[in-house]
Amino acid sequence: MATTYRICPRTGLQFDTKAEKLMRWNAVAGVLALLVGGITALLVILTRWPAVKLLPADQFYMILTAHGVDMLIVWIIFFEVAVLYFASSTLLRCRLATPTLGWVAFWLMVVGAIVANVAIFGGESSVMMTSYAPMQAKPHFYLGLILFAVGALVSCFIFLGTLVVAKAEKTYDGSIPLVTFGALTACIIAIFTIASGAIILIPTFLWSVGYIKEIDPQMYRILWWGMGHSSQQINVSAHVAIWYLIAAVVFGAKPLSEKVSRSAYFLYILFLQLASAHHLLSDPGLGSEWKVLNTSYFMYFAVMASMIHGFTVPGAIEAAQRKKGFTKGMFEWLRKAPWGNPVFSGMFISLVVFGFIGGISGVVLGTEQINMLMHNTFYVPGHFHSTVAGGTTLAFMALTYLLVPVLFKREIIMPGAAKIQPYLFGIGMAATSLVMMGAGTLGVSRRHWDMAFSGAPFQYEWPGSAYLMMGLTGVFGLITVIGGALWILIVVGSLLFGKKLEEGTVSAKRTPFAPDTVASSVSSTGNADHVAVPGTMALAGLLLTAFVLYYFVNWKYLSEVWQLG
Amino acid sequence: MSAILPPAQRIWWKQPIDKIEWTWILIALTWSLFMFGMMVYWHINGKQNLSTEVYKTTREMYAAKAEKMVSEYQIRTETEQNIPVVKVPEGGDAYLIARLWQWWPILELEKGKTYRLHLSAMDYQHGFSLQPVNINIQVLPGYDHVVKITPNKEGVYSIVCNEYCGIGHHTMLGRIYVK
Repeated sequence: MATTYRICPRTGLQFDTKAEKLMRWNAVAGVLALLVGGITALLVILTRWPAVKLLPADQFYMILTAHGVDMLIVWIIFFEVAVLYFASSTLLRCRLATPTLGWVAFWLMVVGAIVANVAIFGGESSVMMTSYAPMQAKPHFYLGLILFAVGALVSCFIFLGTLVVAKAEKTYDGSIPLVTFGALTACIIAIFTIASGAIILIPTFLWSVGYIKEIDPQMYRILWWGMGHSSQQINVSAHVAIWYLIAAVVFGAKPLSEKVSRSAYFLYILFLQLASAHHLLSDPGLGSEWKVLNTSYFMYFAVMASMIHGFTVPGAIEAAQRKKGFTKGMFEWLRKAPWGNPVFSGMFISLVVFGFIGGISGVVLGTEQINMLMHNTFYVPGHFHSTVAGGTTLAFMALTYLLVPVLFKREIIMPGAAKIQPYLFGIGMAATSLVMMGAGTLGVSRRHWDMAFSGAPFQYEWPGSAYLMMGLTGVFGLITVIGGALWILIVVGSLLFGKKLEEGTVSAKRTPFAPDTVASSVSSTGNADHVAVPGTMALAGLLLTAFVLYYFVNWKYLSEVWQLG
Repeated sequence: MSAILPPAQRIWWKQPIDKIEWTWILIALTWSLFMFGMMVYWHINGKQNLSTEVYKTTREMYAAKAEKMVSEYQIRTETEQNIPVVKVPEGGDAYLIARLWQWWPILELEKGKTYRLHLSAMDYQHGFSLQPVNINIQVLPGYDHVVKITPNKEGVYSIVCNEYCGIGHHTMLGRIYVK
């Protein structure tokens, strides 16, 4: 199984030709899913905007199901598979294990995604992303998801196999790079997630074809969230790895300390999955002790890990910038950062939106008692749009600006538009998330077609501010969709019409790491190279202040409602 | 660019950790432990905790109990569908049925008095969302969830279903009177 290796003349990265092709195809499949997800997003927004209310109820619920599945599963996981192949074969300068199996995995995922979409758009499978039993979809809805998951699982094992190949063929010295370590974390969580998905999706499929009579709704929820929330933790691990990657490429930034960053990833492996219990806080069938233990104690170790990454990523950038001489005051390093480069601006906005909006709202939402104020309200999609769309998707978009010239050997077209795209999408998404949370705080429910309750036996009028918030969700949502469409336009346009770039040298033999790279990059902690990072500490202090204030505001809200016990 | 290269020091796990990083880690840990303590504290001193009193039930058993309650305490009916309005005695069991696409019956409660509110669904999962108070509880078929409630303000309250339950989801609106 001979392959060739290409050295990218722009970055010096080395690509296994077979792995490169897989990365390209997985990324393209992801972008296509994002296109479908974007169109459905537009329709969802235009329906929930009270002044517009575009679709009838049945179509709205169908489109909303498609939006969830195509965005949260298909787009993100295809892209993550590309990242896994990159973080293993490219960063370790080795060949990809079993590329043929990589194609089997790819086609399984493609077929699975198509089958699930056929089921959704065929109607009668409008069961939402969560597809809670006993509400039933058509069998091929579950079957499509199972096929997709099997494909993703195979990709995870190819990633692990590639690590083994690299170790056996001694392509690197010492430990794997931090970014690969992050990808490994994502992979381990992915395997757990898919196992949990198999435990619940396979019986659900058998139930939909009639072999199993009944599925206990509480048991379904527990197992489903073992997959549902953990799958979002794959994203967190992956996009944090991309933050480190972009910081390294754009600034030459080194982690402040390998030990701290890697330990934080390790906390993810140990605790993030248990955090999925926070979806079950308003459920009847589980005890308070179980809820408090899982969603607080264990989740908070994962929260702590995210707080650590939120510190070490900008800290690494600050240290690198200060070494370059941007030492004036607390924030010169940040002011003089390349804000016109979409790779950096996308990454940094992703970091801020994920940390400040997604992180804080996630913890508040995951507090056992406070959850009662937000469970199943519009606050929930507000939270996950700031984490998954503002955090993960934006980080992936930023990475793409880096990868189009490297992987696809094309120049980015419309550089002016590319400059503003991360701002349009990132700030649009941040604003959308905030007004969604506002509407949720006022009680507006999620997955609800009609705020006016037409056809209901009674009337209930939401407060005027709730209508305002939903209107603003429409406006900001539209801006975000434009930002997303612009990204697709730039990326697809660049692939088709971008100026072809030099391919670089292709050789049948691997070129190992330059022998001096490892030795010459001295770690910064504990030696003369060490740089203080007061700016990052100030930003972290700001985050903590916002966090504490918002946390207590919600306890105050809670203390004013009916007494419950 | 060491985040994308193997770490400079082979034995990275023995590297010292910088003071500023330690500071932030300790702050993050303290805050996490505080948030954990806050939930336990609220169980002891707070007045809003979700009850854990739950019984397995069946659709038939639960519906029979609700109908018995209605036949005992019904005071009138409302709307064209003649939904019964039930005045539950203080401390009594108030059964609420969630089904496609209705909350049944209407409850009439008194301010400051405590009731045992039972929640269960007949078909799919539903969401009990009390407005404008904004208390949200998941309602599952097969589970009888008993929540002790003490309304603190008079008024007309609406129960919005906030778990997607099919095409008529948005018409599933219930009512509670507090007098």
